[in-house]
Amino acid sequence: MFLKHFFSTDHKVIGLLYAFTALFFLLVGFFLIVILRWQLAYPGQPVPVVGPLLGDANAPGGIILPEFYNQLGAMHGTIMVFLGVVPLAVGAFGNYLVPLQIGAPDMAFPRLNLGSYWFYLAGGVVMLSSFFVPGGAANNGWTSYPPLSDLSPTSGQTWWLVGMLCIILSSLLGSINIITTIVQLRAPGMTWFRMPFLVWAQFVTAFLLLLAFPALQAAAILQGMDRVAGTSFFLPSGLVVSGRPLDVSGGGNALLWQHLFWFLAHPEVYVLILPAMGIVAEIIANNTRKPLWGYRLMVYSLFVLGVLSFLVWAHHMFLTGMGTAISAFFQATTMIISIPSVVILTSLILSLWGGSIRFTTPMLFALAFLPMFGMGGLTGLPLGLATTDIPLHDTTYVVGHFHYVVAPGTIFALFAGIYYWFPRITGRMMNDTLGRMHFVGSLVSMNAIFMPMFVQGLAGVNRRLWDGGMEYAHAQGVLSLNVHMSIGAFALAFFQIFFIVNLFASLKQGRVASANPWDATTLEWSEDTASPRVYRDPYDYSPPGAPRDFVPQYVARVVSSGPAEG
Amino acid sequence: MTPDPITKLMLDILRMPPAASAHAADVDQLMVLVHWLMAILFTGWSIFFVYVLVRFRRGAHPVADPRGVRGRWSTFVEGGVLVAEVILLAFFSIPAWSSRVDAFPSAQQSTVVRVVAEQFAWNVHYPGADGAFGRTDVTFLSATNPLGLDRSDPAARDDVTTINRLNLPMGRPVIVYLSTKDMVHSFTLPQMRVKQDAVPGTVQPVWFTPTRTGEWEIACSQLCGLGHYRMRGFYSVQTREDFASWLAAETAALAPR
Amino acid sequence: MDIPYTTDVRPDTGLTNPKLGMWLFLASEVMLFGSFFSSYALLRVGAASWPDQSAVLSVPLAALNTAVLLASSVTIALAWRAARQGDRAAYRGLMAATIALGIVFLGVKGSEYADKLSQGLAPSTDVFLGLYYTMTGLHALHIAAGLAVNAYLIGPGARMWQAQHARFANRVELAALYWHFVDVIWICIFAVFYLL
Ligand code: HEM
Ligand SMILES: [Cu+2]
Ligand SMILES: [Cu+2]
Repeated sequence: MFLKHFFSTDHKVIGLLYAFTALFFLLVGFFLIVILRWQLAYPGQPVPVVGPLLGDANAPGGIILPEFYNQLGAMHGTIMVFLGVVPLAVGAFGNYLVPLQIGAPDMAFPRLNLGSYWFYLAGGVVMLSSFFVPGGAANNGWTSYPPLSDLSPTSGQTWWLVGMLCIILSSLLGSINIITTIVQLRAPGMTWFRMPFLVWAQFVTAFLLLLAFPALQAAAILQGMDRVAGTSFFLPSGLVVSGRPLDVSGGGNALLWQHLFWFLAHPEVYVLILPAMGIVAEIIANNTRKPLWGYRLMVYSLFVLGVLSFLVWAHHMFLTGMGTAISAFFQATTMIISIPSVVILTSLILSLWGGSIRFTTPMLFALAFLPMFGMGGLTGLPLGLATTDIPLHDTTYVVGHFHYVVAPGTIFALFAGIYYWFPRITGRMMNDTLGRMHFVGSLVSMNAIFMPMFVQGLAGVNRRLWDGGMEYAHAQGVLSLNVHMSIGAFALAFFQIFFIVNLFASLKQGRVASANPWDATTLEWSEDTASPRVYRDPYDYSPPGAPRDFVPQYVARVVSSGPAEG
Repeated sequence: MTPDPITKLMLDILRMPPAASAHAADVDQLMVLVHWLMAILFTGWSIFFVYVLVRFRRGAHPVADPRGVRGRWSTFVEGGVLVAEVILLAFFSIPAWSSRVDAFPSAQQSTVVRVVAEQFAWNVHYPGADGAFGRTDVTFLSATNPLGLDRSDPAARDDVTTINRLNLPMGRPVIVYLSTKDMVHSFTLPQMRVKQDAVPGTVQPVWFTPTRTGEWEIACSQLCGLGHYRMRGFYSVQTREDFASWLAAETAALAPR
Repeated sequence: MDIPYTTDVRPDTGLTNPKLGMWLFLASEVMLFGSFFSSYALLRVGAASWPDQSAVLSVPLAALNTAVLLASSVTIALAWRAARQGDRAAYRGLMAATIALGIVFLGVKGSEYADKLSQGLAPSTDVFLGLYYTMTGLHALHIAAGLAVNAYLIGPGARMWQAQHARFANRVELAALYWHFVDVIWICIFAVFYLL
């Protein structure tokens, strides 16, 4: 029976539950933004096809109201980050691969693992159903800054808080599980520095989730109290809303929320990117047929990133009235944290040198990750310097910056991972032609969407504008880009059809794969999962004198191939 | 001062709104430098990347060499990035920031105004000839008095208030005391390279010196509700004479009341 | 498939899985309460005025509650020792005492809430009371959760006593660890809300 999978405690089944649920949410989040992009390109014109389905309260006559626009934006961000990318990167890839790659029989706490999936699902259901409560979903940005969110008259924001609390609980349980599994359940011979880079990435990620999320948990509880119990933690005295003095005791602090939120949300950014780097590293090593360059340095960089990510949060708040000393501190930590990212990116690029590069579909996505993430990282520099942040803050430049990191960055890495591990999961290969079309189409449309955002942002166009900036004189010169970007988004949607068809068709009809179709070295490709044992470093590709160009971690001795030694 | 050709080239690529304040050059200078750094790094990486992909493709290089790159130049690149960032930070960003937040001009030499944001408008309050802002209180709030100004306060008699209209004289420092009645808003003057969040419960001082006359728009940069997209005001930088006569006319209009 | 190190210690890490899991959980709890205490500090430092805390709240009642919780920490530690030594009667008695003390704590807390509310001192009265209700309420929820675990460990959970004694004793140890943690949090709350 189908439903029984929802109660399995097998990490592979749970991983797949996560994968399908997260892919579904990615699709939902994407759908929301495609509708939103229509409004940006053609403000005030009825949305074609789906317009009538949006409901009269949201889009009378198919025309998106500002209320609904703000819901679309806030929920796109929330769903993409918390219900799409993180569950896919950590819940699905972490759950499925970490135990296999370290030779563990399962996660350390299988029932907790299922529990964490259930909390995730509950959070997702709450978030989705909040679209259908009167007044609709939360509409105060994914950042939910008070007083706006505190005072939001509809109940959507409260549902958002409930949903977030479920998601936070799920991540806490999940991260405890991943850390314990990695520390305790490594197979004999799997020493720390024989762990694949992906496992390291998941390890550091889990710590970030474990230690950063509680800050948002506290913030969500405080905001919940403000909304439900009438406290005023985030409401200073003397507020006047719509001409009427607000009837609360006051005495709160609106910036407190921002501190707590970004204390989570900056580490969260690394939660979005580290597993992606891990996936890319695995695929690059495999498809260059050589070890990763600077593996240890990359691992150390992960740790530096992890620690420093707790010290940069206020670079999101430069313009809230910050003195020189504090801004200097956060600018400095922001510049320093860019170095380990540069180290990892450089190491990945240098890993290509001397390889024998196979341009498989997963490798194409993994390769594209490098310049795309590079673009995202580089455009972070002017945002991390307080002075250049003045003109750029809260413009579309910011939106372009972080989307280069998470969309053609992380999402591409996740696609790469799906194409790469699909045969491990199903025993079948995904179709290569469809995969390549998906790749080329996505790469072109991603850039078509996000590159113009830098141009608009530099021109001073703000984000989160219902009419895409049409009001403003300084936006007129770059307004037509809105149409281009939206066409890019529609094209991106079209090219995902290739992926969806490929995914489902290959389940049944894909070419049957051998146990180790990519000739990979790591443990998840071993046929003997009963009592794994590890004998060597993770990426023993092309070792001199070996009979083939790879020696898996689980192979004890290399049988020499004659003349080389003879 | 005309920028050197390299700066000029990048400025032409970036196409920011025309700069019209004294410190805008500092901001733009750093913007240009950072973007040059980005461009150089991205181009360098890309050239290397493409070269490697071509040279080491499987067809051209069937057997991988597991040793990989030799030499230390990756360390030099990484070190170089760090040095460049430290320079940008220490010699450009921090001093420019410090001049924004520490080096406020004296009130006598400046035009001082209060700007009070609310959903979805900018209320502007000039102290008038006496240089003192009149008392404000919520009890005086009304549709015609959105600032809640107490006109019976002697200091308030000559205060000029406007909505969505900020006039400023050229060539003289301006100090804006920014506050908000309700949500977080963000006071943005693109051509002045000024942006400051209005944080509820606080007053945020901002200063700048307009150097060109012109008529532009105030934007709100922080999501503040349904009307965020249309929270637009106007500001104009006038010659001192024009400004003085405008202010005098506004003050005169107050008198009969 | 059997998961190793659920009961025995992994030699190179010196830990069992549940113990590591509990420490990690407590680390996140430290961040949670740490966030609340930081919020308290920020709000108080920025406040125009702050009530005289010990005049609003009842220090004697809180001191009583502190004593109660400290005592329960002792009883649960002894309960763990009894469990390890296989002294079932002593274990039962001590765990029951722990639970009883926990209930007393919640009772005192509840009467404090009722008293405050009857004087019109609600969470919405001011930021101090808001923090007081939120943080002590969250702490009380932690106590309630601990009580549920402890009750399980003398009730249905104790069926493991014979069959898997070592595993059971480990569970009691974890329950005790958690209980001590909640105790420490209370002491911080006591210091910050009543004494400072
Ligand atoms: C791949 C296709 C995607 C497209 C076309 C897209 C497009 C957009 C656009 C246009 C906005 C700005 C909305 C506005 O200004 O009102 C936006 C906001 C945002 N996006 Fe995406 N996005 C994509 C994927 C992602 C992914 C994968 C993530 C996260 C992992 C993400 C996270 C966010 C966040 C956090 C915001 C800010 C929401 C807010 O304003 O509160 N997006 N996106
Ligand atoms: Cu606004
Ligand atoms: Cu706004």
